[in-house]
Amino acid sequence: MPYTEELKRLIKIVEKTRAERVARKRRGEEFPLMSMEERAEVLKYHPDYGEEGRREIKVGPSKGYRVAHEIVDLLEARSRVDPDAVDLSQIHVETDVLIIGGGGAGTAAALLAEEQGAKVIIATKLRHGDANTMMAEGGIQAAAKMEKDSPYIHYLDVMGGGHFKNVPELVYTLVTQAPDIISWLEGMGLMFSKLPDGRLKTMHGGGTSRKRMHYAADITGIDIMRTIRDEARNRPRISAMEFSPAVELILNEHGHCVGALLYNMETEEYHIVKARAVILATGGCGRLHIQGYMTTNHYGATADGLVLGYRAGVGVCFLHTVQYHPTGAVFPEQLEGFLITEKFRAAGANILNIDGEQFVNEREPRDVEAAAFIRECLVRGKGVPTPTGKLGVWLDSPMIDILHGEGTVEREFPGKFIAHKRFGIDISKEPMLVYPTLHYQNGGLEYNANGETVIPGLFIAGEVSGGVHGENRLMGNSLLDIMVFGRIAGKNAAIYAQEKAKKGKLTLDHVRAYHRELEEAGIVTDRVAPMLLPDYTDPEVRKRQLTAYYVGTLR
Amino acid sequence: MSGSETEKEAHTTATEEAKPEVAINMIPVFVMGKRYDVPEGLTIMKAMEYAGYKFIRGAGCRGGVCGACATVYRKAGDYKIYAGLACQTVIEPNMYLTQIPFYPANRAEYRFEELKPEPEEIFKLYPEVFRCLACNACTKVCPMDVEVMDAIAAIKKGDIAKAAELTFSCIQCGLCASRCLGELPQYHIFQLARRIYGAKIAPQAEHLKQAAQAVEEGKYEKVLQELMGMGIEDLKILYQEREIEPEMAGEDWEPADKRHL
Ligand SMILES: Cc1cc2nc3c(=O)[nH]c(=O)nc-3n(C[C@H](O)[C@H](O)[C@H](O)COP(=O)(O)OP(=O)(O)OC[C@H]3O[C@@H](n4cnc5c(N)ncnc54)[C@H](O)[C@@H]3O)c2cc1C
Ligand code: FES
Repeated sequence: MPYTEELKRLIKIVEKTRAERVARKRRGEEFPLMSMEERAEVLKYHPDYGEEGRREIKVGPSKGYRVAHEIVDLLEARSRVDPDAVDLSQIHVETDVLIIGGGGAGTAAALLAEEQGAKVIIATKLRHGDANTMMAEGGIQAAAKMEKDSPYIHYLDVMGGGHFKNVPELVYTLVTQAPDIISWLEGMGLMFSKLPDGRLKTMHGGGTSRKRMHYAADITGIDIMRTIRDEARNRPRISAMEFSPAVELILNEHGHCVGALLYNMETEEYHIVKARAVILATGGCGRLHIQGYMTTNHYGATADGLVLGYRAGVGVCFLHTVQYHPTGAVFPEQLEGFLITEKFRAAGANILNIDGEQFVNEREPRDVEAAAFIRECLVRGKGVPTPTGKLGVWLDSPMIDILHGEGTVEREFPGKFIAHKRFGIDISKEPMLVYPTLHYQNGGLEYNANGETVIPGLFIAGEVSGGVHGENRLMGNSLLDIMVFGRIAGKNAAIYAQEKAKKGKLTLDHVRAYHRELEEAGIVTDRVAPMLLPDYTDPEVRKRQLTAYYVGTLR
Repeated sequence: MSGSETEKEAHTTATEEAKPEVAINMIPVFVMGKRYDVPEGLTIMKAMEYAGYKFIRGAGCRGGVCGACATVYRKAGDYKIYAGLACQTVIEPNMYLTQIPFYPANRAEYRFEELKPEPEEIFKLYPEVFRCLACNACTKVCPMDVEVMDAIAAIKKGDIAKAAELTFSCIQCGLCASRCLGELPQYHIFQLARRIYGAKIAPQAEHLKQAAQAVEEGKYEKVLQELMGMGIEDLKILYQEREIEPEMAGEDWEPADKRHL
């Protein structure tokens, strides 16, 4: 739906201040960045900072840790299956390395594991590549222009973004492997945006001190995902099992991870895959709609990996923070939650309140930026109301065409341009209305720089993990994270499979023990986890679905 | 309010995405021929969910980038077949629709490192490109406005670069293949073209290899170890002192402080 008359009137106010703002931009005058004190002040308005959104986990390796209710609900839930009903002698298929999750981290891991000679199965919930990786737009960081940048400077940026709490070894690995990752992707045929001599174009992202965001127009994630997936499909030793999410890890009598129980969502059968090593790469949790927020995440981002790993004994860290992307669409309604990449701000678009005034620098770290929007709307009363009673702030995209030449918005942001055009909004002429949206799981399962967890044979990579981004990830560091740690986990899991994997009897005793722990903690619940898929059925319809028990696809 | 993914009560995991709040106008849509009345303004995806469908196939990103939700439809009194993405297309009254979550298409396997940047490589792997009848049904059906037929024509003429550029926004939903009289798997052919272009035709970035090598040779090892050993307060000072590359700076910008480069 195009802008209403009322919103068009408000856009006129934005247009009035535009010429002056463009002139300031041209002179290099920016809205001042906040001091550390100002940041601390505004962060009080961030959804992470209220204790009412959290509670203590009562069971498991991180007992006592306070995280979002929506996550605790899943950790304090029973298995989807009765362990006694599973016949562990019925092995469906055996492999060297089982990778759970066919997103960017899982696929990168598959390539490296295969290169070590391993036979690899990727078991994934939806289609191979239906993942948050596919949705990434902005780009991927790497300090690869040595005349102005280095891993040292990248390291500082990462730490500052994460409130200096990140695990140093992980950050070290992230920033040092970055240039090689970009080169690896280029070698597989990624179509990075380039200058005529082949140098990669780079730009800023929130919290970067150097322009080191590499990109493939505004669909970097698509190009990464489809390219590495294509390569995985070429490798004869890699196969993918789609629509087969893992619902439980399987251990052996020595406590080593030796496979997983998969659920064929179409035939509703459970299958056992036995492996010499397992990599958990299930991504994030946006579809839990933490604190009721809309989300940018794909359909299957339901924190399954957290549940699987936690039940088997891997602790969680940095899960008390969740990333809200500052700029999610709030209008038109149909695009709600839709990510509007940070690159609009990097390319010069201002953030404005209802009076067409700037109130925050456009390049603060994400949490600070998002909190500033929330404060402007909810505390200072300067938000722009939508026809359905929500609030947003303006993202003044037309400035980009004025600054960089007509046609820039359409050329550099084809995805966003088309998506809005479908609703009669021309974002090269009209600003966009935005508000924070649930975007990224900053924390997750504990691991080390080798991709190992406390459970021998269980490796992890990607958004399901916690530590490298501390309390807040910077844009462009997640795509980097999943490539770096995906490759590491793949390689190390393959080596483990060849050299260290130990034979032993398969067991689901850890699930039985977890159930006992729930009972002992007095948690009586019919909740089951992992969730697998969110349920968006109309509640009235759901009431009439008498024989359906709606938790994921469970019936 | 329609299509709300926001208004959820805290502490619940079940969400009610398609629950409308303001004056609801219900309109009929026909899912695989069967009528459901749903609130107007919803996307096809949310309308089906509202009606009670729970997707296993046919939904992925929910944001128009993954191609899981290809849908074909007709409108009342109109002979034409339309196509779109269920997550992006808004319903109209009396739409007749069905999803095509999967369409079989031949995909060639190859060893990418052995391929030469020549069109003959594509012809060998996909001889069916020459079965294109230039009917343009593929372009008409493409939800991403890719010039599909022109891109196939470019490949036939040997212009891999042009095919790569024309198909850059392809999300591989498969609708083109479903309509193709010549039975071409266009989206697989384009994937190959883009990879050949990206790795073997477009100019390569030398600076990446140099930067990777500098790391390999341990150039930053000492300063990084220092950083890793530092307490938060010292790190904060360094962080606040960072020299920030100006947003409008050109490619030739260099920092004044070159100590850590
Ligand atoms: C809209 C959007 C834009 C973004 N933009 C950027 C950006 O510009 N730069 C950046 O660096 N980062 C960005 N990110 C973040 C980044 O894309 C993700 O954090 C990253 O891709 C996660 O990769 P992953 O492989 O860990 O998880 P995913 O890519 O999500 O893959 C996880 C896979 O596991 C599968 N899975 C889930 N549960 C199970 C189960 N039980 N069994 C089997 N399989 C399962 C999922 O279906 C999925 O295929 C963005 C994210 C979103 C959503
Ligand atoms: S669900 Fe991904 S394109 Fe529609």
